[in-house]
Amino acid sequence: MINTEELLPEVREVERIIVRFAGDSGDGMQLTGDRFTSASALFGNDLATLPEFPAEIRAPAGTLAGVSAFQVHISDHDITTPGDAPNVLVTMNPAAMMAELPRLESGGTIIVNTDAFNERNLAKAGYQVNPLEDGSLDGYSVITAPMTDLTKQVCKDLGVKPRDAERSKNFFALGLVSWLFSRPTDPSLHWIREKFAGRDAVIAANEAAFKAGHAFGETAELSASRLAVRPARFDPGTYTNINGNTALSWGLIAASQKAGIPIFLGSYPITPASDILHELAKHKNFGVRTLQAEDEIAAIGAALGASYGGHLGVTATSGPGLALKGETLGLAVSLELPLVVIDIQRGGPSTGLPTKTEAADLMMAHYGRHGEAPLPIVSANSPSDCFRAAFEAVRIAVRYRTPVILLSDGYLANGTEPWRLPVAKDLPNIPVDFASSANALNEDGEEVFWPYVRNDDLARPWAVPGTENLMHRIGGIEKEDGTGNISYDPENHGRMVAIRDERIKKVADSYPPTVVEGDSDADAVIVGWGSTWGAITSAIGRMRRAGDKVARVHLTNLYPLPNDLGDILRRFETVIVPEMNLGQLSKILRAEYLVDAKSICKVEGQPFTAAELHQQFREMTQ
Amino acid sequence: MSDSAVTTKKDWTSDQEVRWCPGCGDYSILTAMQLLMPELGTRREDTVFVSGIGCAARFPYYMNTYGLHAIHGRSPAIATGLAMARRDLDVWVVGGDGDMLSIGGNHLIHALRRNVNLTILLFNNQIYGLTKGQYSPTSEVGKVTKSTPMGSLDTPFNPISVALGAEASFVARTHDMDRAHMQEVFRRAHNHRGAAIVEVYQNCNVFNDGAFAALTKKDARAHMLIPLVHAEPVRFGPDGERGVILDDGVARIVSVDEVGVEALHVHDETAEDLSVAFALSRLADDRQSPTPIGVYCAVDRLEYGGGIDAQIAAAQADRGPGDLDALLHSLPTWEVN
Repeated sequence: MINTEELLPEVREVERIIVRFAGDSGDGMQLTGDRFTSASALFGNDLATLPEFPAEIRAPAGTLAGVSAFQVHISDHDITTPGDAPNVLVTMNPAAMMAELPRLESGGTIIVNTDAFNERNLAKAGYQVNPLEDGSLDGYSVITAPMTDLTKQVCKDLGVKPRDAERSKNFFALGLVSWLFSRPTDPSLHWIREKFAGRDAVIAANEAAFKAGHAFGETAELSASRLAVRPARFDPGTYTNINGNTALSWGLIAASQKAGIPIFLGSYPITPASDILHELAKHKNFGVRTLQAEDEIAAIGAALGASYGGHLGVTATSGPGLALKGETLGLAVSLELPLVVIDIQRGGPSTGLPTKTEAADLMMAHYGRHGEAPLPIVSANSPSDCFRAAFEAVRIAVRYRTPVILLSDGYLANGTEPWRLPVAKDLPNIPVDFASSANALNEDGEEVFWPYVRNDDLARPWAVPGTENLMHRIGGIEKEDGTGNISYDPENHGRMVAIRDERIKKVADSYPPTVVEGDSDADAVIVGWGSTWGAITSAIGRMRRAGDKVARVHLTNLYPLPNDLGDILRRFETVIVPEMNLGQLSKILRAEYLVDAKSICKVEGQPFTAAELHQQFREMTQ
Repeated sequence: MSDSAVTTKKDWTSDQEVRWCPGCGDYSILTAMQLLMPELGTRREDTVFVSGIGCAARFPYYMNTYGLHAIHGRSPAIATGLAMARRDLDVWVVGGDGDMLSIGGNHLIHALRRNVNLTILLFNNQIYGLTKGQYSPTSEVGKVTKSTPMGSLDTPFNPISVALGAEASFVARTHDMDRAHMQEVFRRAHNHRGAAIVEVYQNCNVFNDGAFAALTKKDARAHMLIPLVHAEPVRFGPDGERGVILDDGVARIVSVDEVGVEALHVHDETAEDLSVAFALSRLADDRQSPTPIGVYCAVDRLEYGGGIDAQIAAAQADRGPGDLDALLHSLPTWEVN
């Protein structure tokens, strides 16, 4: 390992850095960003990431449409967002420069692969003149490296073909950036050897490229000084760096273990939810059954069938898929069976922006079924919080025998952050009580089993096939209260609608008190939900450090809303609701509590930045 | 009910009043099933009937077993989840031609190709009954109904051909006028491991009365129904005077006298190549021509739920049963003191 500290003592310490890696879809920028992140995580920094990639697997090379980027924010203190303007931009080609330069902070650092700045690529990106030569980058600190050529050179001696060698140029970039930010090199070298085990030529090429990039930093007389970010202060514990979809999948497995019933996942591949199918399919040793169904409808249908059989039925999708599942969700509401439906929200409507984030499915989750069909809705705040949210969704589904919609989004799904690992034995149990005996007397005074007799939670018995003497028939047709027999009686229907409504509202009785953070004597409260948590946290932190008073509530149970929320909101003069939609939660709060909730909306396929929110909060509270 | 208890039709009959139209073919199918169940030696609590929407889909309410009356077309999907999760159960799926071949066509073909352990009964009456008489995906071309006043234009599905095309491992046909035949075919379907589909010609006496009369009325059967019997030459007629030959891959009806018994096709329901079964299914492209009934194919193939369970067992043998703490530590970790 190269001990850079000894060679180059002039390292400047900073509290945090935001680096954005950008290149063509084929340049391996997601991987480069991910490796840089992992090295930083293992080093002990706090961090948050934002991968952004086009929907096309390989958009035309060198075009603006094909630019793939990965932003990572590393810090020596607690951070909650992937950061606003990057301090450093790595550009592997002119298109990346064209697309990403406007984000860079003024005076920021640009790292350029000069080999890609040829006439053809410049034209594809829409440059008339090479920006490296026309003085347009004068205000920035520019580090240029012929990454492709240097990578080819170091690979030549290894007997790697130039074409294959070129693919390793992202490791050159990684090596250079690792040097620039004083990252330990061991984790990346170790990872290369593990990832490409058995492919010695690839290992050799990637290692050589990485080391060449690192050495380039040391030997070239770079204008930019090296930076270092100290490890952050974390609570004691074991940490891992995790993305939302992995945390969510693990949350499901944890809940299944704590409930003692196996997971059945029905899923149809859809971005950005497919990774949940991939992750769960890996863990069959937990008794997980996964079905890649023929369509979204079959996916939820099979999950519901498994729930009927006493398994933990789960289906994972994104917005267009949730639309297709609406009818089966109605059946699940009517059957009153546990079911977890995960919606990793993405830009809509229709195909919309498959790889970009949005949070505009809240109304669909609330009302996207025909008839009066209420069901609980849970949402996640951050990548690691997806674990808690999944566990909570299962808890509610099992206890209250109801389908639950769990809302995450594309940003949480792929973004990562350090997570202090829970200990399995400390997680609460989720009691499952399958029915085993008769629960009613018929007209003749005989003990019988009726499927729609209710407990104190108004939940009906979960009587699974195979249980002696509890044979019964249920379906989507309205049922008679108690017996569950088909009933077209008008009064019975009214009663069943009211019971279904009330039993879901009772879920709120199981929530802990709502937490109001910040200044309880503030005039304004920020009410958020979902992935806006990070940006709101950061923005109100800036306000409070500047002496501006503000309070905040972040909702994780979106239906039923907490029982104490109305009183809390009415204590504040101003209620501000930032959302990645056109004001869906705001509308609900207005309808439920008659409060004058004010929206801050952003529907651009990108999360809010803390700076945007900070500015808006200040304007709206002054 | 204990393991050893002997059951009767009454034990398998629920307390619900049967609400099909008087004279509906569904009654005889229900009776056949309720009479068959005691013979199968299975337990009521281990038996589940899953259905979609339509007249046929009311079937589960009348069986004293577990029953799930779901939504239109989705019963094969819902039953797939149930059968994968619970391989200890007997899962039956009941639906009509609209339910299974129109709105649920996709789920049906995928359940068949996956070979999920389901026994699927497709009541084919060639009409939409519950919505009061529109043509169905199995109605003949030119069908005049409320929705097709000038006659339907669509080529119908042949359910047997569809099932074979979907790689089904067990495909059979029976009809509602012959209880003994129904029971035998249902028994075979039930005993098959994997997905079994049975098309039941079923009369809708209100909206499509007599659709199959030319084939199934008593005096016509010998002339019009071609019994498929494993390892036997395919022949029919009151005196077995007609038979089926394969002519360059196409099934043709011939006079046995003209071609000789040796020339007749000998039925092999275990043939893994389904092309002969498919050729036989094409004999009955309209309901006025002689139609093969019985078991077209019964092929032994990996049952889906069993395959999944084997993967789970292999994963557990390889890695041990799931350990949550180990999972949580499976990505690179670091300690903070």
